[in-house]
Amino acid sequence: MLLLKLILRNSFRHKLRTVLTMFGVTIAILAFGLLRTMVDAWYAGVDAASANRLVTRSAISLNFFLPFSYKEKIRQVEGVSAVSYGDWFGGIYIEEKNFFANFAMDLRSFLEIYPEFLVSETEKKVLFSDRKGAVAGTKLAKRFGWKIGDTVTLRGTIFPGNWDFTIRAIYRGRDKNTDETQFFFHWDYLNEKLKTMNWLKGANSIGWYVIAVTKPELAAEISQRIDKLFKNSMAETLTETEKAFQLSFVSMTEAILVAVQLVSFLVIFIILAVVTNTMAMTARERIREYMVFRSLGFEPLFIFIMIAGESVFITITGGALAIVCTFPVVKAFGDYMSAYLPVFSVSPETVVFDALISLAVGFIACIIPLWYTLRIKIADGLRAVA
Amino acid sequence: MTGLLMQYSLRNLFRRRLTTTLTALGMALVVFVFAAVLMLSNGFVRTLVTTGSYYNAIVLRKSAGVEIQSQITHEDADIIESHSDAQTDVDGRRLSAREIVILISLSKKITGKPANVVIRGVTDKSYRLRPVVKLSEGRFPRAGSTEIVIGKSIAKGFQGTEIGQRLRFAMQDWVVVGIFDAGNRGFNSEIWGDLNVISQFFRRNVYSSVIFQLKSGKMFEAVKERIIHDPRLKVDVKRENLYYEEQSEMMSKFLNILGISLTLIFSIGAIIGAMITMYTATATRIAEIGTLRALGFKRFSILMAFVFESLLLGGAGGIAGLFFASFLQFFTVSTMNWQTFSELAFTFSINIEIILSGFAFSLIMGFAGGVLPAIKAARMNIVDSLRNA
Repeated sequence: MLLLKLILRNSFRHKLRTVLTMFGVTIAILAFGLLRTMVDAWYAGVDAASANRLVTRSAISLNFFLPFSYKEKIRQVEGVSAVSYGDWFGGIYIEEKNFFANFAMDLRSFLEIYPEFLVSETEKKVLFSDRKGAVAGTKLAKRFGWKIGDTVTLRGTIFPGNWDFTIRAIYRGRDKNTDETQFFFHWDYLNEKLKTMNWLKGANSIGWYVIAVTKPELAAEISQRIDKLFKNSMAETLTETEKAFQLSFVSMTEAILVAVQLVSFLVIFIILAVVTNTMAMTARERIREYMVFRSLGFEPLFIFIMIAGESVFITITGGALAIVCTFPVVKAFGDYMSAYLPVFSVSPETVVFDALISLAVGFIACIIPLWYTLRIKIADGLRAVA
Repeated sequence: MTGLLMQYSLRNLFRRRLTTTLTALGMALVVFVFAAVLMLSNGFVRTLVTTGSYYNAIVLRKSAGVEIQSQITHEDADIIESHSDAQTDVDGRRLSAREIVILISLSKKITGKPANVVIRGVTDKSYRLRPVVKLSEGRFPRAGSTEIVIGKSIAKGFQGTEIGQRLRFAMQDWVVVGIFDAGNRGFNSEIWGDLNVISQFFRRNVYSSVIFQLKSGKMFEAVKERIIHDPRLKVDVKRENLYYEEQSEMMSKFLNILGISLTLIFSIGAIIGAMITMYTATATRIAEIGTLRALGFKRFSILMAFVFESLLLGGAGGIAGLFFASFLQFFTVSTMNWQTFSELAFTFSINIEIILSGFAFSLIMGFAGGVLPAIKAARMNIVDSLRNA
């Protein structure tokens, strides 16, 4: 009881300093939480990937196409329950800075294989019957104020010309990490137009196939079966799980991710420096008091709890404040970054990490002052001038 | 008189070494992060900006932002070259090259993970158009063969890229016969091979771009007018250096947003750290301040002394941060460029602007952290503070 009282009283002896230190911790933990959330956002596509899906693409690279005729052959592979296919379209809406992902997909099979994209039955019906129909994510529709029935024109970068689409459906995400910023339209529409053009990517070719498998544990085996089918053909394939496929994109920009993570460690160092600083000052000022306690017969353990308790109390309070603030800050930042990173939300792990770091920083910060205090002789300490 | 006060401030910092070091370290870390992100973005932009030449023009299909999306037919290439009015070399041949750019997937050396690499189909004129591309090992490929020469960064970062080794793509083995160094430019992240052989094995009957050297830099506008106004063509003409600069936009914008928002948040933390230090400095020196005032120092001088102390703290942190950040220049980062989807290696790169803004930033942090405590010190009453002793 005496200890607790001492800790609280000591903490608020210099109110301004304590409050400033708490704010320092808050800012640092907040930044750490924000960075972690950003790293999570980077992997959002990987996390959202289903274990039941495989992706088959050209073995050379994604820029190469596969023949449409592979579809039937893949469907006949044992363990495959459904096949969908499509292309990256890469169209630009009015200006380059309006970037969002847009794909030409076989919408019927696509929506079947991707149950996380929720589209109402009535909207589906209209979408399937309109050749120029397109489906957009809720967030994307909100960003540009699109409503069902609106016409959207995309300027092709890979496929030249202006392409008109009519929004026939708006999908919602089933899960928290479903990307609601994408845009899909009928692959047939693209293909028909390509038939009339003399183009590098001829008609009847596919960017990638998405394959639903009956049992996820057979994924590796099924991948091998598919790739074996097309070995030594003019268009060899590479089949991998959707997770691995998404991960390959993430790993290509990994260097930046590593930098971001490195920064988040630096943040912890900054907090440490700030709190250690406060604790060092505290200890120096109170050397005489501590020595009085010691000469009265209090054990070093008592001194330890007194110093550590104060330090931990300050960091925990700051950390708690940071956790509360993380949610609104992440929301604001997420809206700003939505063009780059569509899924932005605080994970429970981040909150746990925040709390653990606050606690750890509290303990580590008192090491130097503690060592300083316990090292000097009582008599010297009593004589010391702050 | 002011000299005395400044010495007083300086000595105080030395007297409280631990506190001073920790506070300055906090600021140093902020400046380090600030400089590091700017250096990253600067290095990225610099690599791309220096890749292209001001005297070269590049022709792409209209609205294709990058070479891999572009295609130009043989007939179009003929028309473009007839308009180009390009520089001629000693043999009287036009310095104009048709090229094919294709992305292939190679495995990285350390992680084993696949990354997209540019393979460029070139002719002998491509080398003349880019005199920066210099052979550092082996030899250049023979025309008409499946030999390839690879950029230095690819040789460093990817598997199976030593001279004599074979890379397999497009159902064919390609022999590495040489390594070239384009001195920290984008070409270092490319593989070059013979145009005709590559177009044959990849079954491509169109080019990605036509590049030619202008007779003089000033001619660009006239040539561009001629080409884009030819009704037979649907193409864009750009200066080569501008073309590469445009490719850096998306990534550098992202890095800048990230860097600046992070630094802003951290700097608040560092300012708080400085405030704590300076408030404590004033609190422990009340009696000294009273003495100084009694000796005749004006309130303003006291204010200046404390602000100066805090600025010193910030400045020291800034110098330390920039010092450590400058070592980052030895590191090469390799990452995918979002605009081209291909791997690009670049180094952190510092410039005078980053140094100045980093240092200014540290002084601002020092000032912001010290000004309130300094005002507090200056406003103290002489008698009260003397009694405090």
